[in-house]
Amino acid sequence: MAEDGKGEPVATDDDSEHLAVDGSSNNTMVEESCTLLRRMEICVAEAEKRSGKNAVNMQETFTVYLIETRPMDAVAEGRNPAPDSLWRRYSEFELLRSYLVVTYPYIVVPPLPEKRAEFVWHKLSADNMDPDFVERRRVGLENFLLRVASHPVLSNDKILYHFLTEEHGWKEVVYETGFQAKADSRLRALSATFRVRNTDKRFMDMKHYSDELQSHTSQLLRARARVADRLYGVFKVHGNYGRVFSEWSAIEKEMGDGLQSAGHHMDAYAASIDDILEEEEHYADQLKEYLFYAEALRAVCRKHELTQFELEMASQDLISKKQQREELATGCERFSFKGMTNKLFGQEAPEQREARLKLLEELIAEGEEAVKEKTVECEEHVERAWVDMQRFEEQKDKDLREALINYAVMQISMCKKGIQVWSNAKECFLKM
Amino acid sequence: MSGQTVPADFSGHMLDLDEDEDLEVFSKNTSLADGSPMPNSPSSMVNQYRLEEDEEEEQQQDADTKDIFITVDNPESHVTAIETFIMYRVLTKTTRSEFDSSEYEVRRRYQDFLWLRSRLEENHPTLIVHPLPEKFVMKGMVERFNDDFIETRRKALHRFLNKISEHPILSYSQHFKVFLTAQELTSHKKQGPGFLSRMGETVRAVANSVRGLRNRPEEFTLMQEYVEDFSNKICSVDKVTQRIIKEQREYLDELKQYGPTYTQWAGSEEDLAEPLKGVARCVEGCSKETEEQIQHLSEVLVPALHEYVLCAETLKAVMRRRDNIQAEFEAKNEALASRKPENQEALQEEVDGLADRVELANNALKGDWSRWQKGMRTDLKSAFISTAEKNVDYYEKCLAVWESFLLSQRVEPSEQRDGEDVS
Repeated sequence: MAEDGKGEPVATDDDSEHLAVDGSSNNTMVEESCTLLRRMEICVAEAEKRSGKNAVNMQETFTVYLIETRPMDAVAEGRNPAPDSLWRRYSEFELLRSYLVVTYPYIVVPPLPEKRAEFVWHKLSADNMDPDFVERRRVGLENFLLRVASHPVLSNDKILYHFLTEEHGWKEVVYETGFQAKADSRLRALSATFRVRNTDKRFMDMKHYSDELQSHTSQLLRARARVADRLYGVFKVHGNYGRVFSEWSAIEKEMGDGLQSAGHHMDAYAASIDDILEEEEHYADQLKEYLFYAEALRAVCRKHELTQFELEMASQDLISKKQQREELATGCERFSFKGMTNKLFGQEAPEQREARLKLLEELIAEGEEAVKEKTVECEEHVERAWVDMQRFEEQKDKDLREALINYAVMQISMCKKGIQVWSNAKECFLKM
Repeated sequence: MSGQTVPADFSGHMLDLDEDEDLEVFSKNTSLADGSPMPNSPSSMVNQYRLEEDEEEEQQQDADTKDIFITVDNPESHVTAIETFIMYRVLTKTTRSEFDSSEYEVRRRYQDFLWLRSRLEENHPTLIVHPLPEKFVMKGMVERFNDDFIETRRKALHRFLNKISEHPILSYSQHFKVFLTAQELTSHKKQGPGFLSRMGETVRAVANSVRGLRNRPEEFTLMQEYVEDFSNKICSVDKVTQRIIKEQREYLDELKQYGPTYTQWAGSEEDLAEPLKGVARCVEGCSKETEEQIQHLSEVLVPALHEYVLCAETLKAVMRRRDNIQAEFEAKNEALASRKPENQEALQEEVDGLADRVELANNALKGDWSRWQKGMRTDLKSAFISTAEKNVDYYEKCLAVWESFLLSQRVEPSEQRDGEDVS
């Protein structure tokens, strides 16, 4: 998982400043690129509550997040210039992501932190205004920006750059790209069912995998939340020992001191669970990121299906048109409407036939163009998507392995605390 | 009245063979210099501020001079036409001269233990006789012949007999000897104060308690208050412990569901499969340890606390009986003051007898009180220590499980972060 301010090292280190200024749709895939993160230090420093009127002129409270950026070379040289900063709210992040998803359908676009708290165990507030939730969201948003800014393709996007550097007018610029129209059709396409004949097996496997990833991570998260809930109960009940031992110690002579101090340790034990579970939430957030990543992965696979489907449709259309031309040219039209009308109303005039042929030729030419385009689109998508999916898989394995290791470290820390508390309690009992 | 024969039987009006034999047995033992806490005079009685050293010495000497060893084991089901019940084997090994043999093996049922305890209480109304496990488990009605229930009961019965055998007075009771040695207990059960006489005592006791005590000595009032408070506290600790077990069990249930989610996920992964399975194994390992920890709580702390919950009730009963003895004396004493001269002498004798009875009762209780407190402290202290040790052990084992996982991932357990990152 990307740490704050420091970029994830991309495959190979490339110092040349190949900055693609034009960051929109016809980006050429550069495998070793100098990512934005190498040039700029980015962080989401703070969160603040604001009030304002919303779209329907109603008063609402929302949270804004402060994005700070600093040129990396200044940092490296030891200078400490004040960072540039601007405020953005969650919905603007959502807009940025929508834009990226539509503009780069062959990229597994990093997900945003969850909109609403899910997989909560009872103590954790599901309220979006809860400070702990806001803090975790801040971290999640920073993580999102770092991931995007270190991505070999996404990091070159101009809209992204504007998002980070220009507070006002950004929304207008995004809408001007016209991505919205594409977004709508994309949404429709993704949820539609269609039958495709020739899909790339790798993509189908990957789609299947994304379903599995989604299902498994959500099961895990649910089970973990329940375990956390129960563990909370166990620790908190020990707090009752603290109270009772204290009361009991008041009526005892020799046993009193030992009981009293043991009681204090029980109180400490009961209190320790809050921090332990707070830390575990970070682990849960790491897993959640990949739960949401699964959806992004799935979208790329679906896009493949879609382009493949469109290609097949275009090919089908071309074939049938060619067939029509064939029939028209040879004078035998089989089961066609024209054929029927001919039989009913008599043969058409040669001029009319000529006109139809000419039209058909045009349509065929167009159709051939379309097929060519679609083929290119399909092949490009397959090529680029496959590269990014590989990159994603590597990143996922590394990140999740690290998350599991961190989880183990957390568990070890909790065990050490437990050993401490109960050893202390034992000392107190010995003094009873 | 000299204190030499102090804790002898003084249920007063009923003198029968058992009691005489108790007296004899006891008088033999006053000559033994075994350092056991025989109270010599009221002033040396339980002083709650007594120094630690004396008590520990005594305990050590008790351990060294232990001359009777009792075990309760081998529960077996007995089926008759009328009922089914469990018989336990009671094995006694002793070097005491009062016993004809050095080893005895008898079979006893729960009812027999009840008999023994009630006789002991009758004969020594103000001694603190260790409680027996309850007849039934009220909460979550467990079948009487459930293995866990029988085992829990067996352990408690074993403890009961050992507690009695460690008691400086009760362990020399004739009833106790009979219980340990007689092959057939039924004939012995028929002797002793009959039902009616026991009824009579109860009626008198109630009557006296209605009258109220005129002059309860300060120390017994303090004792009474302590008993009330102790009873509340020990019940609370017992409840908290039960609650902890309940929460632990629920935690364990969730853990058992949690581990497999890692294994299932591993099924669809390649490089990630191995660490996922590693974590699944760790969770499984911790589940096992949790199970053990729960078991330890149930087997060590819960029975100890429960025993003292019952002890608290015993103490309350002892306080009541002492009060009744005093009340009886006070009643007769008042009657003496207002009686016509013709009955004076006989009545005076009676009153004197009752006065002695009060003093004996008070001294017996005072003597046993400090003994009981020591025992309570030792028993509960050891149960708490054991629990704390088990919890440390639990966390140590879980720690080892997770550390071995880290090692398998070729990460040093002391590292907090993945140290490979070179930015």
